Amino acid sequence: MSTPITRRASPILSGVHFMNGDEAIAEGAIAAGCRFFAAYPITPQSEIAERLSWRLPRVGGMFIQMEDEIAAIAAILGASWAGMKSMTATSGPGFSLMMENLGLAVMTETPCVIVNVQRGAPSTGLPTLVAQGDMMQARWGSHGHYEIIALCPASPQEAFDLTVKAFALSERFRVPVLIMTDEVVGHMYERVEIPPEVPEAPRRKPKVPPEEFLPYKPEPDLVPPMACAGEGYRVHVTGLTHDERGYPDMSPEAHDRLVRRLVDKVRLFPHEYTFYEEVQLEDAEIAVVSYGISARVSLGGIELARKAGIKAGLFRLITAWPFPDEAIFRLAQRVKGIVVVELNLGQMSREVERAVRGRVPVHGVFHAGGRIHTPEEVFQGIEEVYRQCR
Amino acid sequence: MPVKEKEKALPEVVREARHPLEKWLRTDRLPHIWCSGCGLGTALSALLYAFENLGWDPDSIAVVSGIGCAGRVAGYLKLDTYHTTHGRAIPFATGLKLAKPDLHVIVFSGDGDLFAIGGNHFIHAARRNMDIAVICVNNFNYGMTGGQLGPTTPVGARTTTSPFGNFEHPFNLVHLAASAGATYVARCTTLDGRRLEKAFVEALSHKGFTFVEVLSPCPTNYGRRNRLGEALDELRYYQEHMIIRHGADPKDADIVPGKPFLVGKFVDIEKPTYLELYQEKVRELGGG
Ligand SMILES: Cc1ncc(C[n+]2csc(CCOP(=O)(O)OP(=O)(O)O)c2C)c(N)n1
Ligand code: SF4
Ligand SMILES: [Mg+2]
Repeated sequence: MSTPITRRASPILSGVHFMNGDEAIAEGAIAAGCRFFAAYPITPQSEIAERLSWRLPRVGGMFIQMEDEIAAIAAILGASWAGMKSMTATSGPGFSLMMENLGLAVMTETPCVIVNVQRGAPSTGLPTLVAQGDMMQARWGSHGHYEIIALCPASPQEAFDLTVKAFALSERFRVPVLIMTDEVVGHMYERVEIPPEVPEAPRRKPKVPPEEFLPYKPEPDLVPPMACAGEGYRVHVTGLTHDERGYPDMSPEAHDRLVRRLVDKVRLFPHEYTFYEEVQLEDAEIAVVSYGISARVSLGGIELARKAGIKAGLFRLITAWPFPDEAIFRLAQRVKGIVVVELNLGQMSREVERAVRGRVPVHGVFHAGGRIHTPEEVFQGIEEVYRQCR
Repeated sequence: MPVKEKEKALPEVVREARHPLEKWLRTDRLPHIWCSGCGLGTALSALLYAFENLGWDPDSIAVVSGIGCAGRVAGYLKLDTYHTTHGRAIPFATGLKLAKPDLHVIVFSGDGDLFAIGGNHFIHAARRNMDIAVICVNNFNYGMTGGQLGPTTPVGARTTTSPFGNFEHPFNLVHLAASAGATYVARCTTLDGRRLEKAFVEALSHKGFTFVEVLSPCPTNYGRRNRLGEALDELRYYQEHMIIRHGADPKDADIVPGKPFLVGKFVDIEKPTYLELYQEKVRELGGG
């Protein structure tokens, strides 16, 4: 048995545990050095908030339940500007409320992590049941053109690992990083192994004295160092279009320059955040592209296909955004057809179609949510594409 | 004449003499965007005098604004300043304060920002006794967007979205703040810079959630549409109608056009803040 939490010297809950995806996200945050969490309760996210309300005070961190999700995301941005690693978590309805300040995080280049444990939608939808219908909202939900990073865990272990990674990426790129999980992964209990130590991702600090510091002057990789409140740099941070001094600049040139940099600083470094997993693709004629819980269900369909003599394999998206165009295009050159399995009526499948550039047929196996797919449904999809491309 | 040219035309002694408050300002951002006669400049300079008075290290002060004419104050201060989204200055400030309790965190914004779109955050921060000072410049309308009605627009007043007169009852902000749990509540006008400065000093140095309402002319929008005359006429109106009374019941502080209204200090109490209660428990758990 592992040491009880209360008697540990390290804040990290190292050891082997049996926990659900939500709890794993909470522990991942603590292991990554997150010491500020603000949220508003919502199923199926509440286990994250409940666990952190109990864990954070014990490790000298700060927990607050805000009056709504708009306040929750605003608070984590404030905390990030005070120098802390910060996170919020929600589900669809709260995710919708967060969209405006997600844009503020992008525009002000505020590192933070936002978790969406997806449930059936639109609207209040299915509060306690699974879906993956917020994938496009994660990409384009806030107004304007921007680039964020979104990761999709398929197990509690991966929920832990990707939460740690999310903090590192948000510091590296100074962007909000989204964990786009789902109700089933959030609530499923599995073995989670937490390492004894997790290196803390550093914040990029100014390298010049305050008189010389320009808060939005990027380094060669297009990311500017960040001076936080109380550090003597006296920065002005605004959601308005701004110049390198951080001052508002309403010219089209300044706007184009800024928006391009905010996009390019992420887009130009895909190798740093593009993660995917390939299963049985070596000899595959048909590839199933999926993510989160749907990817795990797809393995059952692939097994049925193999039994029926169809060589199928899985391409599991771990990074949903920025979409791995290159990897999918290469996949399309190796297989005869692609099946996309997701709990919506076609969101990531559009991206797959785009990236495939017409090379092979792409077939969707969709369900609006409320339950996961059956292996048979996935198998039928594989069979259909197989027939089409023979 | 642009400011730089104007400066050149001055005799050298005048050019050399810097304004004593200049160190608080991002002078490279001046001139500011506010209309002439607007009360925001007065409110800002009272805040700078309050800073001088308090003698705090400028690096220990953070100012957070929402969106609006009042929301532009953050951008002119040479401090750590955050110009956030419309209505969300208070929760942003909450995050700053909780993550760095040594900071003095001040929210400076408008009536629409703090009490329409951001009203929910205001009452909850007050209820929690979050350790921040909130300054609201109430100009009775939405100045920045061209003078629409807001949550403090009096019944009958004309704005661009109440062409037949406002049908809505306004908030009495000091009553609202007091009821929600603020531990210090005052109201002043921009007529009286000294009182304003004093209220700011008190609000900033008082522990817990504190609130100052600053009544301010918006000659461009509210003043013009309600035939209040020039900015000076609005100030004269304040002079003729305000009654200074400390310790008055906030309930009696309604503002009705043409009637006398109360200014002064309404609430000045002590109670534990969110941070105090939280940190006490953290120490007990050995987490601090
Ligand atoms: C979400 C959102 N809605 C609307 C606006 C447009 N808007 C900008 S300022 C403002 C009103 C500001 O009024 P107030 O807070 O009273 O400030 P004032 O300009 O009067 O000082 C509005 C509605 C916005 N920026 N964001
Ligand atoms: S519109 Fe009104 S509040 Fe805004 S700067 Fe002009 S006078 Fe001031
Ligand atoms: Mg106003």
